[in-house]
Amino acid sequence: MLAAMSEPAVVARGLRKRYGEVEALRGIDLTVARGEIFALLGPNGAGKTTAVEILEGHRTRSSGDVSVLGMDPERGGTRLRERIGIVLQETGVDPYLTAREAVSMFRGYYPRPRETDEVLEAVGLADRADERITRLSGGQRRRLDVALALVGDPEVLFLDEPTTGFDPSARRGAWRMIRSLRSGGTTIFLTTHYMEEAQELADRAAILAGGRIVAEGKPEELTRGGDTTRIRYRGSPPPFAPQASVSGGMVEISTSDAVRDLHRLTAWALEAGEALDGLEVRPRSLEDVYLQLTGEGA
Amino acid sequence: MTSVALAARQVFYEQRSFWRNPPAAVFTFVFPILFLFLFNLVFGARRVTLATGHEVPGSVFYVPAIAAFSLITACFTNVAMGIAIARDRGILKRMRGTPLPGWAYLTGRIGSATAIALLLVAIVAAVGKLVYDTPLPTNTLPGLVTTLVVGAASFAALGVAVTAAIRDADAAPAVVNAVILPLVFISDVLIPLEDPPRWIVAVGYVFPVRHLSEAMQTVFDPLQAGAGLEWGHLGVVAAWGLAGAAAALRFFAWEPRR
Repeated sequence: MLAAMSEPAVVARGLRKRYGEVEALRGIDLTVARGEIFALLGPNGAGKTTAVEILEGHRTRSSGDVSVLGMDPERGGTRLRERIGIVLQETGVDPYLTAREAVSMFRGYYPRPRETDEVLEAVGLADRADERITRLSGGQRRRLDVALALVGDPEVLFLDEPTTGFDPSARRGAWRMIRSLRSGGTTIFLTTHYMEEAQELADRAAILAGGRIVAEGKPEELTRGGDTTRIRYRGSPPPFAPQASVSGGMVEISTSDAVRDLHRLTAWALEAGEALDGLEVRPRSLEDVYLQLTGEGA
Repeated sequence: MTSVALAARQVFYEQRSFWRNPPAAVFTFVFPILFLFLFNLVFGARRVTLATGHEVPGSVFYVPAIAAFSLITACFTNVAMGIAIARDRGILKRMRGTPLPGWAYLTGRIGSATAIALLLVAIVAAVGKLVYDTPLPTNTLPGLVTTLVVGAASFAALGVAVTAAIRDADAAPAVVNAVILPLVFISDVLIPLEDPPRWIVAVGYVFPVRHLSEAMQTVFDPLQAGAGLEWGHLGVVAAWGLAGAAAALRFFAWEPRR
């Protein structure tokens, strides 16, 4: 049992997926440890959904090795599905049932399920439990999606873009819920294109671009190294910083020596009468790394 | 829970959902009964020769004809549209990600459709008895039960199979009706054809609708002496059902086609 618990929850080696002429995944390697939140980041069309659906057993792979809880998802069948929970990016549920009925229907599919009320409580639907699903809002339906994936008490929970379309406060609520699942020992594999989500939630993240993993590590490791600081203000660029970029009147300087560059910037501004409107100094974010690596920035 | 218990449980949830969707419930129940009244009003006075060769009042023709039509509506039309819509909504794909076996889910839908078909046939027979004095098929009970079981299973299998030809929820009613309505009209179900062109009759006998209708006519024929078992007709219906099951196994899709 101890050996089983120490084995990784998810492993992919050289995973490739080809759709006709298009190679959606070009050999990706991933390891997700038990009990961690792993975020797979990438722009739309990067292959995130393809990757997660191969791990869930919804799609076949062209080549490579994949294991989820020690089983091949293509052949794991019922035994694997009893131990995982899946929240697809687009999914449906019988709209004429109530939220409580849907959760108890799914509850019957699993050998060791959680209590219906406990699951509805966990996703914040306890007070809407007896409402027909047709009358739930989009965000409430998404939470029901999570409830249906949780009721089997999964060891690994796959979340494909769980908070897309949420308003900021609903998103924070979802993050709280996901964190509380991790503290209960659930391994969480999520895909997202919100950098903030990965930075807030993930123990480890990988950035997928063009079918390849271009970076992987803890969010703080991914943002370390290189130019670690961003300086931004409205105005014209200083003469000493050829790397400064200007767009829409905003100047942005990324630097690995913030003390020197800030000092020179303010000295120059004082002399030249620059106001440095809206001056902002901030650490490099996951988003900066992401934009650099996926070629979406600059 | 065993898989059989899971399938039975699915029937219960499908039934609960069905009765909460009034348009579907109304469509399924009101149309056949409305047709029973309408066709009796228009054609009820005519004398009609049943498949058994016996000449009977029009009302005695319409009870089994509408019973066959009801079974087809519930088991073929409703199963095909229900599954196509569920697939389009992503419900099937989600089910596929749970430990529930795929066959248990489909059995739940088919079982629910069969329950509706049985209730409808019972209502049609009761209306026939009360309003048109058409005798209940008591002597031919073995024939009635066999015809209902073979008919429900076969048309449901064909309903599952036809979903492979449906792209999305919007296309479902068009495809399903394009398949079934022409067959209903050439198969002696709604209008007893008088001197139809031979080829139309021949085409009708290729497909299962006419065979189900004639098996049902035998069951409801008051002049019928035996148990009402039309093995020839039921054999054709069952063969179509098996072909449908084979096609479903080969072509059935759980993922939305978009």
